Amino acid sequence: MDTINWALVDWSRAQFALTALYHWIFVPLTLGLSFILAILETIYVKTGNEKWLQIEKFWMKLFGINFAIGVATGIILEFEFGTNWSNYSWFVGDIFGAPLAIEGIMAFFMESTFIAIMFFGWNKVSRKTHLLATWLTAIGTNLSALWILVANGWMQNPAGMSFNPDTMRNEMHNFLDVLFNPVAVNKFIHTVSSAYTFAALFVVAVSAWYLLRNRHTEQAKYSMLVASAFGIVAILMNLFTGDGSAKQVAKYQPMKLAAMEGLYEGRSGAPLIAFGIATQSKENPRKQDIHGIEIPNFLSILAFNDPDAFVPGIKDLVHGNKEHGIPSYRERIESGKIAIDALAAYKKAKKAGNTQEAKKQLALFKEHFKDFGYGYYYGRDPHELIPPVAITFYSFHLMVIFGTWFLILFIWLYAELFRNKLENKKWLLRLAVISFPLGFLAQEFGWITAEVGRQPWVIQDLMPNMVAVSHIETSSVMITFFLFLITFTALLIAEIKIMTNAIKKGF
Amino acid sequence: MFEQMSYETLQAYWWIIIAFLGGALVFLLLVQGGQTLFNELAETDEEKSVLVNIIGHKWEFTFTTLVVFGGAFFASFPLFYSTSFGGAYWVWMLILFAFIVQAVSYEYRKKKGNFLGSKMYDTFLYINGVIAPLLLGIALSTFFTGNSFSVHKERILRIGQNVEAVISRWDTPWHGLDALWNGFHGAWFQNLMLGLTVLFLARTNALLYIKKMTGENSILERISKKLKINAGLFLLFFMIWLIRLMFIPGFAVNNSGKIVLENGKYFHNLITNPFTAVFLITGVILVLYGLYAGIFKTLDKAFWYAAGGTVLTVMALFFLTGFNHTAYYPSITDLQSSLTIHNSSSSRFTLVVMSYVSLMVPFVLAYIWWAWKALDVHKYDVKEIKQEEIKY
Repeated sequence: MDTINWALVDWSRAQFALTALYHWIFVPLTLGLSFILAILETIYVKTGNEKWLQIEKFWMKLFGINFAIGVATGIILEFEFGTNWSNYSWFVGDIFGAPLAIEGIMAFFMESTFIAIMFFGWNKVSRKTHLLATWLTAIGTNLSALWILVANGWMQNPAGMSFNPDTMRNEMHNFLDVLFNPVAVNKFIHTVSSAYTFAALFVVAVSAWYLLRNRHTEQAKYSMLVASAFGIVAILMNLFTGDGSAKQVAKYQPMKLAAMEGLYEGRSGAPLIAFGIATQSKENPRKQDIHGIEIPNFLSILAFNDPDAFVPGIKDLVHGNKEHGIPSYRERIESGKIAIDALAAYKKAKKAGNTQEAKKQLALFKEHFKDFGYGYYYGRDPHELIPPVAITFYSFHLMVIFGTWFLILFIWLYAELFRNKLENKKWLLRLAVISFPLGFLAQEFGWITAEVGRQPWVIQDLMPNMVAVSHIETSSVMITFFLFLITFTALLIAEIKIMTNAIKKGF
Repeated sequence: MFEQMSYETLQAYWWIIIAFLGGALVFLLLVQGGQTLFNELAETDEEKSVLVNIIGHKWEFTFTTLVVFGGAFFASFPLFYSTSFGGAYWVWMLILFAFIVQAVSYEYRKKKGNFLGSKMYDTFLYINGVIAPLLLGIALSTFFTGNSFSVHKERILRIGQNVEAVISRWDTPWHGLDALWNGFHGAWFQNLMLGLTVLFLARTNALLYIKKMTGENSILERISKKLKINAGLFLLFFMIWLIRLMFIPGFAVNNSGKIVLENGKYFHNLITNPFTAVFLITGVILVLYGLYAGIFKTLDKAFWYAAGGTVLTVMALFFLTGFNHTAYYPSITDLQSSLTIHNSSSSRFTLVVMSYVSLMVPFVLAYIWWAWKALDVHKYDVKEIKQEEIKY
């Protein structure tokens, strides 16, 4: 009988995924719209033209409808690290807690203080002070994204810490390594630029809807001009950091890269699948067959900047590849087991006062620590360490396809606005409207790629999800899961209805 | 500068910050207290709108303080985070749930197409108003009366078992709700008293704040009556809790580092630690003066006396349970698993880094103060609210 309570692990994961995915419906709009508001208000203050103020106030109203629900889902995420992942909170709390606390002190207060001025301060503070408050709201909001993404980047590539065998946890020894962790820096820019893109799509879609109905034509065109320019910058930043992300995944999480591409057999000069589908293999139930259009050598370039580079596949990682110096998962599991046993032996020797033995065990532990998390898979099938391939593959590809489309769309809209012919291009306006839900999907697919693709790791190579959970009954997690599901869904419906009403009402 | 501090000093420094955030949180629960008063103080929809807007402009401060309190606790005392949140699952989940439904209610209650209807959002505000202060008060009381859990770090080395590999384990299936029937030296009664104290304190502070912020005479008249009753109940529950606290056994760390029960431990802490005594006495005097000034002299400043007093008193409670060789999160089922500020803190390095971050706190307080003042420039009445362009 399996001694792992998988139901508990799965429900805990489901609850976290539910909260994170709901949170990410609302937050990107907050992140991006806050900057669009700051830009619009700056134009108003500079030009003194009341038209811009009217535009600013309209989008601010929509911003307000969306803001609170992002906050509501956010508080749950923070506390869920403790409530549902208590072992995780202990094992890495010394490093992981810091960015969360800094996020609160540095960013949340800034955001919540100045947002109050932004909404209720119109007649109470001067025009310039109000503008400053709007900028500080945007900066505060985006700073909070910085710190939570530093925390997430650290889970993907734990840096700046070491394990303290006496306290039995990981401890920070270099804060700058945590903050400037290459994965964190890239992840921050990639994620916020995707949020800016999403917010730009929102403004573009709503404006296009007005243009299609010949309502508020002037305000809609002004809004679209700002949003499409903002969108072009954002999506370019996004594509550029997406390339950086791929290189980091190749370096730190090769299994995620293999899953993203459905690459089973590693190869030199690996192609990238441009469009493809994944189907269950008939010969091997563990395998997905990938059929699609390939771009030769492109995966090798994307991952290593070298058209002939070897990209390891799932099989190379599970079974090892001597030629390329890749150890098998079985070897890593053995090594991890040695680390865990050596740590237990060290604690025992230390308690007994046997310094010599303690020193020996400690050295052994340190040698094998890099495989620590694999040790928990001792006696298990190494194939359990493969993430779900089909979900990761589809999420990644759809995200990239949608992202590329957004670049084309923004440039196109901007060009037509410039030529002053946009109102006549009804089909382009319709495309702009239907691209908004695609933006939402691309956002969520990005997170699914990043998070499902790294399963089963909660902290890459050090802690798998099965040992990160809290000691609670599965039924408790199921109850809270459904409570959150019902509440979040009700609030989402409310937001959509209120938002639609406000949009119908107009500027 | 923080590098030169000893590990113990850093742990104490962070406990003071946690105490301050805890104090600020309890003071800001006036938003929740206010939410329980909307129907009691307003007879018309217009009056209700005045109250909702006065209180609603501040909801984010309370919310953010709760989030920062959690984050700061995580960063400085991660073992508490892991043990309490993962263990007292139901208490924390109920608190969180009460806050989710609050966040959107102000914004959505009067909006067209709000799906659940205005009444439902007002009910959400009421639920949040009662549950949050009550449960946070009960949770704080368990810092003195104890909980049922055990912590064994070696459990994490158990391969092939996951639930058994969790280092912190709650010993009852009620996951924190047991604080309401924990019979250990009458803990349940003590916990309930602090829960009710915080609830009535939140209502009292809200009354003082609304009194300061409204120019609507009908509301002001009703506040006068309510203030006496709520202040009276708050003082009654608090006195019962505080006096009992001086006599119940506390959780002391003895010379060999073992946790032992000590009769009158919290009284001993109070008399041996002048710092704590000064905070408690000043805090209580300020609150009492604030209540006196609010009830009998109708001073606008009464609110600020009560606010300052609330922060200082709550800080004193944190000092009582955290300093002077005391376990601040005691376990009654496994005494030696009790958490102290020394055995549950972050590493020295992390505390140093976080201490530098804490230098931002005065700056943050300064701009919060400025924003608070900027929005509170004039009093609200029905006429004023009708003219507001953006309102809840």
